[in-house]
Formats: sequence, structure tokens, C-alpha cells
Amino acid sequence: MASVVLSEAEKVYIVHGIQEDLRVDGRGCEDYRCIEVETDVVSNTSGSARVKLGHTDILVGVKAEMGTPKLENPNEGYLEFFVDCSANATPEFEGRGGEELATEIVNTLYRIFSNESTIDVKSLCINPREHCWVLYVDVLLLECGGNLFDAISIAVKAALFNTRIPKVRVLEDEEGSKEIELSDDPFDCIRLNVDNVPCIITLSKIGCRHVVDATLQEEACSLASLLLSVTSRGTLTCMKKLGNGSLDPESIFEMMETGKRVGKTLHTSLQKILDKEESLGTTRQKVGFLG
Amino acid sequence: MRGSRSKALHDRALVNCQYSMATFSTGERKRRPHGDRKSSEMTLHLKQTFEAAILTQLYPRSQIDIYVQILQADGGNYCACVNAATLATIDAGIPMRDYVCASSAGFIEDTPLADLNYVEEAAGGPQVALALLPKSDQIALLEMNSRLHEDHLEQVIEAASKACKDVYAVLDQVVRDHVHEVTTLLGE
Repeated sequence: MASVVLSEAEKVYIVHGIQEDLRVDGRGCEDYRCIEVETDVVSNTSGSARVKLGHTDILVGVKAEMGTPKLENPNEGYLEFFVDCSANATPEFEGRGGEELATEIVNTLYRIFSNESTIDVKSLCINPREHCWVLYVDVLLLECGGNLFDAISIAVKAALFNTRIPKVRVLEDEEGSKEIELSDDPFDCIRLNVDNVPCIITLSKIGCRHVVDATLQEEACSLASLLLSVTSRGTLTCMKKLGNGSLDPESIFEMMETGKRVGKTLHTSLQKILDKEESLGTTRQKVGFLG
Repeated sequence: MRGSRSKALHDRALVNCQYSMATFSTGERKRRPHGDRKSSEMTLHLKQTFEAAILTQLYPRSQIDIYVQILQADGGNYCACVNAATLATIDAGIPMRDYVCASSAGFIEDTPLADLNYVEEAAGGPQVALALLPKSDQIALLEMNSRLHEDHLEQVIEAASKACKDVYAVLDQVVRDHVHEVTTLLGE
């Protein structure tokens, strides 16, 4: 992962500030940086979203393609994740440098979405055992400014909210062979219900307190972090500990409570923004990348 | 100098490029963002183009990295990369001989066309990609696909050059506006 080199004095400054609930940029321990979310930025995808969280910049594109259902779940479609760490984020990602980080992120995303209540995959099925929609979710890391997992989960949720899958009808003729017909109207499409899609909250332990949304400098001072996947109702669906240091069980319980609290607020704010963008419809001014 | 120091050149800077396409950039999902043949070829073309333009003699034993990421592809990928990389190099303050402006051109129905889009490229006709140093009219890279009669070549290159000069006008204006804004903010 991209990292900064900090002197001992800088680390002490950050740690002492956090003891007093005051971070370097003036935030409290449970405050996020300013998050910018914009959907529908890439026009030839089924859905896309761009999230800017401080200096972290993530672009997610969702493409819906037709495929065959997996053998163990013949009545369901599925999601495939792919993460590309762009060399623009840090030169270490040139060539195959970003593969380790990308695999870690992909595995985390698969774990979160493996829960069947997250996305209604049954609605992605067209013909059981024969045809289904496969959603290819592609994450592109444009800039690393700390707290990658949170930004990626917000972007994935926004992109899935924005995804428009064309409506298809299955026509069966006398011989029993099935034909798939695409609707003529390009705006006739099915949308996904993302109410149960969780967001990842990463809590980093610095000194004896924990912080939400760590910057690169704060990540360099933290010994261990806890990655929580929280739904909009405050349910925890997945938990993972990162880092070399050790956490004692009491801090883990405290961090879980903070995570649930912060997660619920994050979900309400995100849903508000997504609904506002949706209500503006075609009149929305697109900022894109030149704003 | 990152990676192997053995690649360092004793008298000039090494220009290191990477061309990468996002998997959702094309109509059909692309499985490998970079590392495949086409991306490697584009990388070499970018390297060749910028070695011609950057004053590498000023930075011996150093490396200049140019990373281009395509977010959405609709024809003229290489040309857009060159134009973007020119602006980025100017923004980085790296001295260059001149701007490098690029444009594609084609020849359909006896008409030269400048700046082909994806549909025109996919039609299979001849395509020329031209990277030009506008003030001195020097060609940094010229590439052609498919079949084109040599009588038409001059017209097509003419169309591409004109397009490059138009792009140069736009890029130059953008750079001048930006410098003006920055110096005004600095209060000079």
C-alpha cells in the first residue's frame, strides 16, 4: 500500500493529538473527511460511480453481461469483482506492483457480498440453469490517500445503485427452444435494491484510542486496524483485523460499537445524496473529472 | 531512478511510460488492464514520442515516469494520451522542445477525415495516427493501419496536421490561462 515516511516527532504529535480527540486536520476521532460522490460518470457502463474521500480517488464501473449461472446456484445471477491499482496512484503500482493490494481488496469484497441478503441475486436470473445476468464490478484506484476500503465500499454501493440492467423477455416457441428478447425502449430497465449493501468502516487503533477514516500519516502511526462491514440498520456482517500489532478484546468491542454508530450515519448520508442525484434525473449538472 | 539502476543512462534521462486501459472503458469488458500486446505497443509508442520532445539531456541518470490511464475509450486513444501527457509534462515543469499534439485521420469515401471515433475506426478503413511538434512541423510519430493508396497519403497527413495544429491552439490557451491564474493568485 502507498505509505509515507514519518519522523518520530511527527508520530508523537499525531498520537498525542488523538489522545485529546484532536486530529491533525482538526477532525474528531469519529469524523469522516469531506466525501464527494458522483454517479453515472462513465457512459458506456451499466452503472458507475466516483468517490473522492480527501485525497483518495476511486472509480467503479459496473457492466452487466449475460452468462450461465454457476452450478451450485442455478437460479441466481452473480457478481464478479476486479480491482485495478493504477500507476497514477503511486509508482509502486506500475506493472504488477499493485496485484497484492488488489487481491486483498477483491477477497474482502467477495466476503462481504457472499452474504445472500446483500444483493437479491435471484432477480438477476433469466432462465434457470441457462441464462443469468453477471455483474462485473470493476474498481479503479486513481489515488491513494488513506482509508481505501471505506471509499471503495461507498463507490461500489453507489455504482450498484446507479446500475441499469435492460429488461429481457424469454420467448418460448413450439419446439421448446427459448429466445431472449431485449426490450426496444432503452430506458426500460431493472434497478438493484442496495438497501442491504453494507459499507466498510475501518477503525485504526492509534495510541489507546481508535479513529475512523485515517489519513496516510495516521495509518503510518497505527499498529492495528479493524475492518467492519456495517449495513444501514447497524448490523455487522463481516469483520477483519489488519496490521501487525495486537488488539485486546475490550478495544475490539468498543471499536465495534463505534463502527456501528458511524456506519448508520454514513449510510443515511450516502442514501440522501444518491436519492438527490436520482431526483434531479437528466437535469443534473455532471461534474465528471474536470470539476 | 526506481527499480533497476542498470537501466540508467549516463548522459540523459530515461522516459518510462505505462499505458493502461480501465476494464470498463471499452464496449466489451476488457480483462487485462495492461500487460497485453496492444498496451505494450502503445507504451513503446508513447515512450518514442516523448523521448523526441523532452529535453532529456538536462537530467542524466534520472527517470521520468509517464503513466496514462484510459477511463473511457471512443477512438483516438493514442492521440488523447499524447495530448494529455503533454499537458501533464508541462504541469510538472519538465522542459520540452515543443508541445506534442496528436490526431488520428482516416480516408473514407474519398474524403480525408480527422479525429476518428470508435465507429469510424471499427469500420476497417485506413487510419493514420500522427504526433506532431506544431511550431517546427516535425513529426514525432507516424503510424498507419490497413491499406491506403500513396496518392491519398498526402491529403490524409495534411488533415491530421491541421487537426494537430488546432489541438495545439487549445492546449496553448489552456496553459496560458492557467499560468495567468496562478500568477494572479500569487499576487505578482
